[in-house]
Amino acid sequence: MTGTGLLYQGADWNFTIIRDCYNAIEEIAEKELGLDVFPNRIEVITSEQMLDVYTASGMPINYHHWSYGKRFAGHENAYRRGLMGLAYEVVINSNPCISYLMEENSATMQALVIAHAAFGHNHFFKNNRLFQEWTDPSQILNYLEFARGYISRCEEIHGQAAVERVLDAAHALQGQGVNRHSGSRRVDLKDEQARARERRAYEDSSFNDLWRTLPKGSEPELAGDGERQALRRRLGLPEENILYFLEKHGPRLAAWEREIIRIVRLIAQYFYPQPQLKLMNEGCATWVHDRIMSRLHEKGRIDDAAFMEVIHSTTNVIAQFGYEQGSTSFNPYALGFAMMKDIERICTDPTEEDRRWQPDIAGNGDAYGTLRHAWAEYRDESFVLQFLTPKVMRDFRMFRLLDDTRDPYLLVDAIHDEAGYRDIRRTVAASYDPSTWYTEIEIVDVDSFGDRTLRLEHRTKSGQVLAENDMKLTLNALADLWGYRVVLEEIDTPTGRVLLSHEAGKA
Amino acid sequence: MDIIDRRSNPHGKNLENRRRALERARGAVQKAVRDAVANGKIREVGEGKAVSVPADALHEPGFHRVFTQGERHIILTGNHEFSRGDKLRRPPSGGGGKGGGPGQAGTDGGGEDAYRFILSRDEFLDLFFDDLELPDLIKREISATETTAPSRAGLSNDGSPSQLDLGRTIRYSMARRIGLGRPKPAELDEIEARISELEDIRPLSSAQLEELEELREKRGNLRQRLNRIPWVDPVDLRYRRFAPTPKPSTRAVMFCLMDVSGSMTERMKDLAKQFFLLLHVFLEKRYKTLDVVFIRHAETAEEVDEETFFHDPRTGGTVVSTALEEMLRVQKARYPVQQWNIYVAQASDGDNSPSDTPQVVGLLDKEILPLVQYYAYIEVTGSGAIIRGETDLWQAYRSVAEKQPHLAIRQVSDRKEIFPVFRDLFARKTTGEASHA
Repeated sequence: MTGTGLLYQGADWNFTIIRDCYNAIEEIAEKELGLDVFPNRIEVITSEQMLDVYTASGMPINYHHWSYGKRFAGHENAYRRGLMGLAYEVVINSNPCISYLMEENSATMQALVIAHAAFGHNHFFKNNRLFQEWTDPSQILNYLEFARGYISRCEEIHGQAAVERVLDAAHALQGQGVNRHSGSRRVDLKDEQARARERRAYEDSSFNDLWRTLPKGSEPELAGDGERQALRRRLGLPEENILYFLEKHGPRLAAWEREIIRIVRLIAQYFYPQPQLKLMNEGCATWVHDRIMSRLHEKGRIDDAAFMEVIHSTTNVIAQFGYEQGSTSFNPYALGFAMMKDIERICTDPTEEDRRWQPDIAGNGDAYGTLRHAWAEYRDESFVLQFLTPKVMRDFRMFRLLDDTRDPYLLVDAIHDEAGYRDIRRTVAASYDPSTWYTEIEIVDVDSFGDRTLRLEHRTKSGQVLAENDMKLTLNALADLWGYRVVLEEIDTPTGRVLLSHEAGKA
Repeated sequence: MDIIDRRSNPHGKNLENRRRALERARGAVQKAVRDAVANGKIREVGEGKAVSVPADALHEPGFHRVFTQGERHIILTGNHEFSRGDKLRRPPSGGGGKGGGPGQAGTDGGGEDAYRFILSRDEFLDLFFDDLELPDLIKREISATETTAPSRAGLSNDGSPSQLDLGRTIRYSMARRIGLGRPKPAELDEIEARISELEDIRPLSSAQLEELEELREKRGNLRQRLNRIPWVDPVDLRYRRFAPTPKPSTRAVMFCLMDVSGSMTERMKDLAKQFFLLLHVFLEKRYKTLDVVFIRHAETAEEVDEETFFHDPRTGGTVVSTALEEMLRVQKARYPVQQWNIYVAQASDGDNSPSDTPQVVGLLDKEILPLVQYYAYIEVTGSGAIIRGETDLWQAYRSVAEKQPHLAIRQVSDRKEIFPVFRDLFARKTTGEASHA
């Protein structure tokens, strides 16, 4: 539809060039790759603004809190000292999908970022099942705006210190503010704002089980275990979402404090899928920009110099350092991109080994379709389990160490060979399993007939207990919000033995 | 697709957050700033310093696990040498003990680094002197050592002709002329032209004669008015007025005097350095130009550079008055008292040859104190100081200080006392006595 010649030459860009590039990229993305995206909005910003965006987890708007100032200082430092490049991309899972371009970028980088973010990430946001289930991209910006306004009104009324106290505590418990297992929990953020005030007014005047102290006249024998069980059921115990529980049942919280806790919880919930999809999301975006930029070059829309720049920056992004360079984890861009290139290869040009490992897709001839399916249906853990092939393991020269604290050494118990492939794949996949990094803590009981002590349990994993210092600070924060004593027991999962017991707050 | 240029949007969205973070870390930042001063060179303190704030000041806690014991698997990349079954020695910090399992940093998300804030010099100094009051003393000194410069101060009715403001004068005269109705010369010319025209006509008709009479009368009136109302009257004159305006002098010189004889240990010099450093930073906030003169002495005194001052020990006896004389010599040669605010900081262990002390008192009392804004004497004491009691020098300085309040004397025996002593000296409230200079 647009011309066929070069889109631009040299490094300078202007808005016409960006628009032409966008159109050329869109054509490839939609017609050739079959991508399906939210409407795009592209915003050109300065490097300082980019630092702001980084700080707010990529969100263009957020409430004030000192922790963002701290994060900003960290980013700024890294940037000033050259430890961190900006430039690449920030893209927001919203509808319309906002991608930021930095003014310092060359024309080639602008095109690359459009391909990467406005099409790669955007397609992934829109089509991946986990994102679809958990996030509501059309509402998030409005909701953040509401949150910012609400919190600053609270600061005006109750003072910055009072608001900070609640925010600090809620942030500490953010990791325990997500519903993980109870099915789809996509919250309608629009209703959320509209109902906020009404809900507070109602709850303020409503009945709270925890305050029920009047003795029951009849059936005294039921006041024992039976009633206890009934109350536990009514309170929804056990409950893993501590913020939710506080918001609903915290006996000493003012209405505005509950609302702030809710805001922190809903935002935490919104970001919950991101870390489970990092590998795939980055892999997808990198694969898409690599493919689109190659196509632009093949079609003569960008010159050799520009294409060299593309190759150069892609290579930087997908560099994977080995253990000798001190790397202890995978670069998600590197592994994601490698696996997606591998899928493409298996679909079009499979080897004998591929036919054994990936019989479903080997030689099916539809690489793009296969990738689109994977992007939609998997998350990092299952994606690795399904698609990490011996070839990729060999390319990365992966090996596995067994760290048994009873031994004075580390044992190499699997390497990239026939005997080790499956072990390595299983372990890599497990490292992307959210249950390996989330800490399992539940509220198990509330002593509502006595001193209102809140009881929590941490189900430990093979000898891993909570980091003590942080645990104490967090428990204090929890006790502060709860208003009464809080007890946390660390339970050895197989035996049910109590390993450690901590408490905070006054009875 | 929309493209939006956001570059002109407000920047610094995070200023408020940054301010809050700094506010929260204030104590820690302040300490870090002071530590930075402790390690700095006098002239370089605070220049674009990155200040590390210990992580716990800005720590965000949360529940997370640590691997302390048991088994776990680690996947690494880049294997070129290992085969299955190989055994590796644990990295040194390992051993599965508390908080130090191998490879922990990567997996547990624990240990945070200290946060670094890059502070501008002003931010740095503000934090550094945050709890120091601006001593009244300094204000008093600035007003006492004013130099004056003429500056425009409106207009006046008299003055020298060279300062006549012509524009204003003419404006006033015009207003007066219009106000009093001074006839325009053109008007007179017109009447005279008509008169001479009529005078040339012979014979005149009676109407013309009447007109001529009228015109002659009018001309007389006009001439009279013209003479009575001058073009420029003395009341119109306006002169530019200049008033001497006090101008705070913005130059200061700081003399650092130190005893470097064998009795001053490295530790003592370090204490002295701390004090000089503080004084330097403090004065620098007050003055546009600040000169520092380093004078060291043992039996004799000399001016040296900073490096030599602090790090080149000498031995021998101590004659304090030599340093004072050297200071006076430099001051007379380079720092005239009308143009410079003069500060002296002296550090000594209090040792002096007994015969020299009266000389010191004389110099101080008669010659130096009248010149300087502030003279701070710091006696760094060794551990045996308490047993020794007051040194001769201390007693001598004290007797002078009782008469001259801008001589301040303090004893310091430990690094951590430096700042409190400094505060004590400079947060002091003076009690009147506006002029001594």
